Amino acid sequence: MTSTIEATHTLSAGELSAIRADFPLLERTLRDGRALVYLDSGATSQKPDVVLDAEQDFYVQRNAAVHRGAHQLAEEATEAFEDARARVARFVGVDDDEIVWTSNATAAINLVAYAMSNATLGRGGEVARRFALAPGDEIVVTEAEHHANLVPWQELAARTGAVLRWVGVDDDGRIRVDQLDEVVGPRTRVIAFTHASNVTGAITPVAPFVAKAREVGALTVLDACQSVPHLPVDLHELGVDFAAFSGHKMLGPTGVGALYGRRDLLAAMPPVTTGGSMVEVVTMETTTYAPPPQRFEAGTQMVSQAVAMGAAATYLSDIGMEAIAEHERHLTRLLLDAVASVPGVRVIGPTDLADRLATVSFVVDGVHAHDVGQVLDDAGVAVRVGHHCAQPLHRRFGVAATARATAAVYTTDEEIEAFREALSGVRAFFGLEAPASNEGAA
Amino acid sequence: MTSSMEQLYQQVILDHAKHPHGRGLGVAPGGVASGESHQVNPTCGDEVTLQVDVDDAGVVRDVRWEGQGCSISQASVSVLHDLVVDQPVSTAGDLGATFRALMQTKGVGLDDEAAEDALGDANAFTGVGKFSARVKCALLGWVALNDALIKSGASADAPKENA
Repeated sequence: MTSTIEATHTLSAGELSAIRADFPLLERTLRDGRALVYLDSGATSQKPDVVLDAEQDFYVQRNAAVHRGAHQLAEEATEAFEDARARVARFVGVDDDEIVWTSNATAAINLVAYAMSNATLGRGGEVARRFALAPGDEIVVTEAEHHANLVPWQELAARTGAVLRWVGVDDDGRIRVDQLDEVVGPRTRVIAFTHASNVTGAITPVAPFVAKAREVGALTVLDACQSVPHLPVDLHELGVDFAAFSGHKMLGPTGVGALYGRRDLLAAMPPVTTGGSMVEVVTMETTTYAPPPQRFEAGTQMVSQAVAMGAAATYLSDIGMEAIAEHERHLTRLLLDAVASVPGVRVIGPTDLADRLATVSFVVDGVHAHDVGQVLDDAGVAVRVGHHCAQPLHRRFGVAATARATAAVYTTDEEIEAFREALSGVRAFFGLEAPASNEGAA
Repeated sequence: MTSSMEQLYQQVILDHAKHPHGRGLGVAPGGVASGESHQVNPTCGDEVTLQVDVDDAGVVRDVRWEGQGCSISQASVSVLHDLVVDQPVSTAGDLGATFRALMQTKGVGLDDEAAEDALGDANAFTGVGKFSARVKCALLGWVALNDALIKSGASADAPKENA
């Protein structure tokens, strides 16, 4: 797929099959020769040739240490590395120097949390005071968070004496924006929230969070892992202060993610990991630090993965995020219809199409999610089972585990039909009677 | 369904999952040493709490448990209950070790008649070994038993021959 697809429509059958041809793994078969139906892109996406080639090409053609050395290879490697940063920055609507490479999104969120810790200890001087927390200050999260956007804040609260508060979710799994006024107050210093739940698929309205944060002078940290691969995202337009996302969920490789930070905030923030490559002047006594983003990129970076993440951003942009979002809206409807057509299956999350991703978590009455996943796997259908790193959200719905089907740009109608067929046989397999209205029973 | 699925979900397992034995926690009667263990499979949130009573003669008098999880994990505790109640602690330890060994055969089985006789219904879990992600499910109860026996004072450490 090399040509740019018009971004004004959903993907045609021809465009979709051209896209699928870019993903070699989608061709493979499973046990007993079954075709793969990959509905686990919410956990990690598959990778197109251009991403695999970018990583290989870096090692074959350009491998050298970046940001040092005067030789041609070092220059080319540095250019590839910084070009990837620019691609990723453009992809999310920010400036190049506002993107910090991290090993994954979890590391990006931890970077902010530990920088605040360091500021609390007085590191970073006067300019870093805005990141310091005092006992009794408040950190606000939501009940919908992935553990990656919850546990680092619990830990920050424990280290600083700050208090963790949270906004709940409603019965549809949507974040209770109406609780913001009650939960956010004058002591709130940070509001960390997800752009889209990795369990319910609900998309969070960002504007009220940003408005409330500005009202009380709090920082906003957006977990954009699930949104960035599936929706057009413009972080400047959203107005958040920080955002984290990973490469591997947006068709890129594992081992690389990004932290977006507003330029003036990154400039004022003390470093977290220290060592080589992030310094200006080092004496035996003390060190001054490089400006961002290098200040936050100590040690040898994951250069080939960053380059490949840049290639993934370009690949997605070339298809067009509007077209991808439209395609996935269509898939969302099919997924919800598929689940609704099978008796004894309940969705955890919104069942309407408004503001939600093609991420559908569900429980099958009388059958544990693990067993559901096993029966689907037997039909070649790959779904995630468990708590999806969101135990509090599962507890909110009174379940320990769910099965989750997620679609991506390369998902087809036929795959969702295969999922529906396999799902319709689950209860019967475990000896639970299929109600008379079970049209979908195999 | 493929044959590996039929091997994984044998009727014995489905029956135990549906009608588990030994379920329900309680208070140990007098005159026994009791231990309790709570084990979680962090990848899926499955959990089991298991209580074991051991009498003066070193015999497992009772196993009670409560848990929630997939059919493999729940059936495995139910089978464990049937296997170890009224057995000497040393036999319970041996059964645990044999079951662990079975789980490592990748679905092939132990090819050991004595072991198969000892494991009884637990042989139904042979097919679980083919699915590496499910081995932990089958072992959850056995890990809890091992820990509960240690806590009861009846077993000094991890399972070994003639504990």
